[in-house]
Amino acid sequence: MSYHRLEIKDLTVSYKRVPAVHHVSLELKCGSCIGLLGPNGAGKTSFLKALVGLAPLETGSVRFHGQSGKVARSEIAYLPQRTMVDWDFPITVRGIVEMGRYQALGWWRKFREADHLAVARSLEAMELKDLEDRQISALSGGQQQRAFLARALAQEAHVFLLDEPFSGLDKPAQDLLGGSIRRLADAGNLLVVSHHDLRTVRELFDQVIFINGELVAFGETDKIFTASNIEKAFHTHIFSGALHEHGLAL
Amino acid sequence: MNMDWLFEPFRHGFMQGALFGCALIGFTNGALSSFIVIRRLALMADAMAHSLLPGVAVALILFGLMPATLFVGALLAALLVAFGTQIISNSSRIKEDTALGLLFACSFSLGLVLISLSSVRVNVSDYLFGNILGLGDADLWIIYLISLVALPVLVALERPLLLTMFEPAVASSQGVPVNSVKYLLIGLLVLAMISSLQAVGVILALGMLIAPAATIYLLSDSLATIFWAGGILGSAGSCAGLLISYWLNLPSGPCIVLVLGGVFLLAYLFAPRYGIVPKLLRPRHLHEASLARWKRQDFPRQY
Repeated sequence: MSYHRLEIKDLTVSYKRVPAVHHVSLELKCGSCIGLLGPNGAGKTSFLKALVGLAPLETGSVRFHGQSGKVARSEIAYLPQRTMVDWDFPITVRGIVEMGRYQALGWWRKFREADHLAVARSLEAMELKDLEDRQISALSGGQQQRAFLARALAQEAHVFLLDEPFSGLDKPAQDLLGGSIRRLADAGNLLVVSHHDLRTVRELFDQVIFINGELVAFGETDKIFTASNIEKAFHTHIFSGALHEHGLAL
Repeated sequence: MNMDWLFEPFRHGFMQGALFGCALIGFTNGALSSFIVIRRLALMADAMAHSLLPGVAVALILFGLMPATLFVGALLAALLVAFGTQIISNSSRIKEDTALGLLFACSFSLGLVLISLSSVRVNVSDYLFGNILGLGDADLWIIYLISLVALPVLVALERPLLLTMFEPAVASSQGVPVNSVKYLLIGLLVLAMISSLQAVGVILALGMLIAPAATIYLLSDSLATIFWAGGILGSAGSCAGLLISYWLNLPSGPCIVLVLGGVFLLAYLFAPRYGIVPKLLRPRHLHEASLARWKRQDFPRQY
């Protein structure tokens, strides 16, 4: 069986003619959990947004499973940074997850048995069943991320693009979210996760992409997550004591 | 006891028309208010309301006191200000709220100047505070048509509106035409505002466009509930305010807004989850079990 692939060819994203990411070509396989690493301003968010058509492509193309445009995008779910969400919005966890079905249902069609089932399953998979009636500001940071993951699940997306989901989470919440992400990847989905905490990269990701305005390196975490690549991507020497303790080869 | 006074208002033709108009305007404005409260558009709505004046003035000068032309004039003025705001904020470093504030002040001033130049004698206070008892058949028709357009459109677009308001970026990745939806919403807002112009005037229209959803927002975590309940509250509150104004012989517009404000105050104080009184009454320890455990100290404390 051949894996579904997300093929990115010669992708350049520009804002007002100033490129944020230059000429990135990558082929990402479903079933893996991929860390997107780079310093602030490296274009991580622009890159993720370009994959769902939220940022303008100057050049290049994005194809999922051989298809591009709208068809491909319905299989790709983008989860924005937590700071971008209005948490006082009058909506419950269940309401968020139900939004995931809107794309399939269109603007008018009613929820059918299958839709309710998809919502219930997504809530279950993200361990949110007990919280489904909570208004979203009454959730912890990790639960909020899982609520949005559940929406993507209900959407039946196969590619999950997560923008800094771990920022601001404490260790137990990180572990729980890490576990959810791992299970999604094991179930055959592709997860691309922008991330800035280099200490947790090895435990979270199968593969890493280093970008800094352009593609610096991409490959298996064991081989690619090296001091020299980190150096190259971040330009400056940013190692702290903690990284040495985690056994990073220098 | 003679209860005639209670039913007296319903016997007058002008009151029947006013009550019917109130119910419709109240519902449309109340339902739309859900979007204003959630999208934090209250000040924008205020500015838009004031910017209608030059359109009204030009229509007055050209065609005299005709509801239909006044309506078109107001609509054009509001749309010009809305689009002008977008153009200025998109093409310079001036932010949207600044552009809107500037344009509305200029547009309101232009309106005052035009009215002072016109030969038609108009009472600007009618424009500012409205006169619901003066609702004629043509006014009622305009109100009726606006409700007939706005409500079905809002109901039909419930999902795209929800997606757009909650997360514009994600909505557009799901294929929702986010910008068109936003413009449509502003357009409907302007229509609703115009519908209440004759009844309560530009300043008090704002009360009808904010108070209902602000009240329900304290009671519900569902946009659909805020929408429908906002409409019902707006409708009921407006009619109640009008009747009170009749019985007590007070100005109608302010009575309507005060009734809506009073209901808001009740919700602010007593809403079960978000009201301030229940919040104060709530016990500090929500979990009896955790309090008991804490008292027994039978778990390892970590400091």
